[in-house]
Amino acid sequence: MTAVSTVMETDTIGSSAGYDVAAIRADFPAINLEINGYPHAFLDSGASAQKPNQVLERMDQAYRSEYANVHRGAYTLSQLATDNYENARTTVAKFMNAKTPDEIIFTRNVTAAINLVAYSYGREFLSAGDEIIISHMEHHANIVPWQLLRDAIGIEIKIAPIDDAGNFLVDEFEKLLNPKTKLVAITQVSNVLGTIVPIKDVVRLAHAQGAHVLIDGAQGIVHEGVDVQDLDADFYAFTGHKLYGPTGIGVLWGKLDLLNSMPPYQGGGDMIENVTFEKTTYRDAPARFEAGTPPIVEAVGLAAAIDYVSEIGLTNIAAHEQNVLAYATEQLSAIEDLTIIGQADNKAGIISFMLGDIHSHDIGTIIDARGVAVRAGHHCAQPLMDRYGVAATARASLGMYSNTTDIDQLVDALNYVKEIFG
Amino acid sequence: MEDDIRELYQEVILDHGKNPRNFRHPEDATCEANGNNPLCGDRLTVFVKVGEDQSIEDAAFEGRGCAISVASASMMTDIVRGKKVTEVDALFDTFHKMCMGEEIGETPAEFEDDLDKLIVLSGVKQFPMRVKCATLAWHTMNAAVHGEAATSTE
Repeated sequence: MTAVSTVMETDTIGSSAGYDVAAIRADFPAINLEINGYPHAFLDSGASAQKPNQVLERMDQAYRSEYANVHRGAYTLSQLATDNYENARTTVAKFMNAKTPDEIIFTRNVTAAINLVAYSYGREFLSAGDEIIISHMEHHANIVPWQLLRDAIGIEIKIAPIDDAGNFLVDEFEKLLNPKTKLVAITQVSNVLGTIVPIKDVVRLAHAQGAHVLIDGAQGIVHEGVDVQDLDADFYAFTGHKLYGPTGIGVLWGKLDLLNSMPPYQGGGDMIENVTFEKTTYRDAPARFEAGTPPIVEAVGLAAAIDYVSEIGLTNIAAHEQNVLAYATEQLSAIEDLTIIGQADNKAGIISFMLGDIHSHDIGTIIDARGVAVRAGHHCAQPLMDRYGVAATARASLGMYSNTTDIDQLVDALNYVKEIFG
Repeated sequence: MEDDIRELYQEVILDHGKNPRNFRHPEDATCEANGNNPLCGDRLTVFVKVGEDQSIEDAAFEGRGCAISVASASMMTDIVRGKKVTEVDALFDTFHKMCMGEEIGETPAEFEDDLDKLIVLSGVKQFPMRVKCATLAWHTMNAAVHGEAATSTE
């Protein structure tokens, strides 16, 4: 295939009408790097996305000329930094359609958000014999915090099954619900299989049993977005760095009454109303859950990322990714010995695969020499790997800047792997 | 970069990776250990039969991993047979340096043949993320003969 025909293909197959993937790629410095003498085919956005200039420049400005600690000083820069930080909260609230910015708690990432819920909500509202339900395709971040809670207070963890294609089985999930079920903690999109979980059904069924629902939106916020009022879950967690924003900032959204009925997770500055050595009283959400100096500039960067994504439109991004996903699925399926793991009816831009009996780490190392970046390993989802009887897979995950040229480069590189392994 | 790839994935490594030697569980092993690379999920169990004179009478392994880790385990279990435990310790030390791209200094004459074979694995020095693949089996062997039940390359 010539370079010219590749470009034309990108313009026609890989793009939705009006979606200018070339202009988007131009905004991302890391996407335009040369890696080992090849164009950078970055297909690991599911682990962490690259950042556009708009985010990098906004954060640079925030550090250079708008920086001080928040919520403390009575001086110009502190006021400016505080305004920026609280405006970022408002941006996030609008992005998720939260009722009020007070429902937005800034955390370090999804892991920190889920641990917050497991510790604070879990110890306040759950007790021995209560049950929580997670799915078979959860990330370790939505498994281990619940196991820690189980070991501490004696709850039971039930696993909602999937079928071989990776579909979430709503009927089987419904059978697990019972009056002892107090919480359902489910991913919106599987980070390994790409499965889009019907979370509205999950919320409806769980609520009918009186259980609360936490949605792990780490992948979902990027590929699907969320309207928390329409979804009506009780908690929703996502992270900034997968949404083209900085690391070190995540979001826990919760219904305000529920958040204000939960005890603090960590104690410290900023979260208190009044402290004496005898007794301390706490502020309401979100301050109650933001002890200590928060990730100030990271919040500003996250807001810039949300502005960037919103301007292009999550729906447009999702449509573009679906086109590239369809192309990638077709091209990869055509490779002899390649098996795609996760073929659910409703999928986001994530493709896990096996190439014969070649280990994914060998694949990862070899295709890196051709400028292609994929994730290799168990993807922090070992129980799911066990479900498929594999130790590891290679995973290509798409971002808003992914195009069919990336996929062509991946396919060429995989053929190079096969050549080496004979 | 592609030269480095070719150097790493040499025919002999691919052969050991596809057809590992000593891939079995000897009933008469006197010690064993599990090696785990939690980052990638690779797991090996190394079985060793150590004689009364502290020499290795048999070595074998089971498990799953990438081509590099399986090839390394395969070659190692061939090479250590007949050696004293103390000699294996010294060989591991030299091999580890080789994988890290460090100076290995003067090699004892009796190791020369072994190191000539193991040098095919030294291609990992160009790939820092993969050094632990080449050394997992050796760490596990080390744990087995020195009485630890498990080891991890993290």
